[in-house]
Amino acid sequence: MEDIADKGLQVVVGLAVFAAVIGLIMLIVDRAPKSARDKVQIAGFLAPALVLLAVGLVFPALQTSYLSFTDRNGAFVGLDNFVWMFTQPEALITLRNTLIWVVLVPLLATSVGLAYAVFIDRARGEKALKALVFMPMAISFVGAGVIWRFVYAYKGAEQDQIGLLNQLLVWFGQEPKQFLLDAPENTFFLIAVMIWIQTGFAMVVLSAAIKGIPTEIVEAARLDGAGAWQQFQNVTIPTIRGSLIVVVTTITIGTLKVFDIVRTMTAGQYETSVVANEMYTQAFRAGEPGRGAALALILFLMVLPVVIYNARLLRKQKEIR
Amino acid sequence: MSTVPLENKKDLLPEVDDASRDRSTMQKRVRQRLTSRRATAAAIIIAVIWTIPTLGLLISSFRPEANIKGNGWWNVFTDRQLTLENYADVLSPGGSQSPNLLSYFVNSLAIVIPGTIFTLVLGAMAAYMFAWGRFKGKDSLFIFVFALQIVPLQMALIPLLQLFTQVLKIGEFQLLPSGTYAQLWVAHTIFGLPLAIFLLHNFIAEIPGEVIEAARVDGAGHSTIFWRIVVPLATPALASFGIFQFLWLWNDLLVALVFSGGGADVAPITQRLAEIQGSRGGEWQRLTAGAFVSIIVPLAVFFGLQRYFVRGLLAGGLKG
Repeated sequence: MEDIADKGLQVVVGLAVFAAVIGLIMLIVDRAPKSARDKVQIAGFLAPALVLLAVGLVFPALQTSYLSFTDRNGAFVGLDNFVWMFTQPEALITLRNTLIWVVLVPLLATSVGLAYAVFIDRARGEKALKALVFMPMAISFVGAGVIWRFVYAYKGAEQDQIGLLNQLLVWFGQEPKQFLLDAPENTFFLIAVMIWIQTGFAMVVLSAAIKGIPTEIVEAARLDGAGAWQQFQNVTIPTIRGSLIVVVTTITIGTLKVFDIVRTMTAGQYETSVVANEMYTQAFRAGEPGRGAALALILFLMVLPVVIYNARLLRKQKEIR
Repeated sequence: MSTVPLENKKDLLPEVDDASRDRSTMQKRVRQRLTSRRATAAAIIIAVIWTIPTLGLLISSFRPEANIKGNGWWNVFTDRQLTLENYADVLSPGGSQSPNLLSYFVNSLAIVIPGTIFTLVLGAMAAYMFAWGRFKGKDSLFIFVFALQIVPLQMALIPLLQLFTQVLKIGEFQLLPSGTYAQLWVAHTIFGLPLAIFLLHNFIAEIPGEVIEAARVDGAGHSTIFWRIVVPLATPALASFGIFQFLWLWNDLLVALVFSGGGADVAPITQRLAEIQGSRGGEWQRLTAGAFVSIIVPLAVFFGLQRYFVRGLLAGGLKG
């Protein structure tokens, strides 16, 4: 109990300090001399966030970029880390896995999410059905890791299985299988976890988009005698295209950065590592900050095109507005 | 910041276009239902596949250790032995071998609540200026902040840790002492800001210009407009993003691994759970109960505040 009181006190002090800082900013902003008031006000509101971002994100990112050209002792080594990444078999496996992840997760999560959203649209019990598929979104990757490791759990053929998937194999007369150990298919079993989590996201966003399709269009298509599939192809898909792009890009970015699932389920062993996990391993476990930084940089470069695309869309929207 | 009202718990989506529903005639409904029967069946299959893993975990967490390790959780239907012992075991503060999850659970709350509040306040302030301030280079700066979302956390970790422990100190006194929550609060705030600013900006920019102008004409400064007009009007967006940030921080592992030190005095529950999984991966009685303790808060938030949660998701760029 004493322990909890201590922690509570820390939180109260933290919140009080923060409130004091914000109060001070507001005071300064209000009392600024008239001539400079506009500038002071703008600075007062923007500076806290921008300073934090500059110090905590922009500057570190630049430093990491530099680190990627150094070795474990901090000496400049040019492109050595990148050469390592694109020549060593283990590093190449990491890159290959990341590619598989980034192709499969957005594709499957979005497809299943879209199909599900269409299937349950206006069905009875829609809300409950939605909640079931959406629920994994709220669960941490670590929690999901435990859940799925349990699904994949393996016992020898002579024992009772405790993992559902192996039990299914046994029921169908197959040998139980080490789902997480046998490369290369183990990567796909990790990917399934990510799909399980992301499908709900795709479903909710796309479902909202589908509900936003003007009824007139749907009615018109129906009067023209369009079947369910035609309607889906010619009305639904084009109308929700914007949302589809948002969903795919969001999931793509999330997938590129995926770390926790791999970390907790296999720790990247058995040829399952991905770039984000390998970065952590190299930088914080293997004492190779240069290699870790190089991997982080590659990660950044892979995400970049997706973001530029998104930023363009945003610009366009702003212009329209 | 006002508290989030709990009305309409079951309402997953804010509005479902009631008008269109009324318009459709009985006949059409019948026809639709017939054609969609197969679709409903497919949907139910997906729903079952999506739910069973979690259900299996939940059921297992109530089974005695010997049963969990001896046979599958589906045997619970023939062998109905249930117990709360696993939960008692993982929560109690036993020796160093015990999972001691209660302590880590408190840590999670202590990390997440201030982390969320800080991000919301600073994010809303910046978002307001980006939406309604007038200064040169505003749009470019905004796009830049938006783009920061994709700087992978990983890129910032090493330098940020060095900054906290080696640069930000006066003499021997660290401004953000190790072994406290402070480093985690600041790190989470930094990493949450780009998205916070972007989403809140989208919402705050939609506030009718006349409202803001009227206040300006009356001589109100930015701080008055912000606290008296913008914050109350933006409460739904703040609630949505707040829930999001809350869940995100609660579920975080990477930032915790780097900044918490891993002890029972700071580390969050996810980190502890990952640790147990790594070192004692076969102790399913502890893992199942532990996992459920760790996901109970997000699940409660999710089922209690679904509406805001969904709204937050939808705000992420679906305008226009």
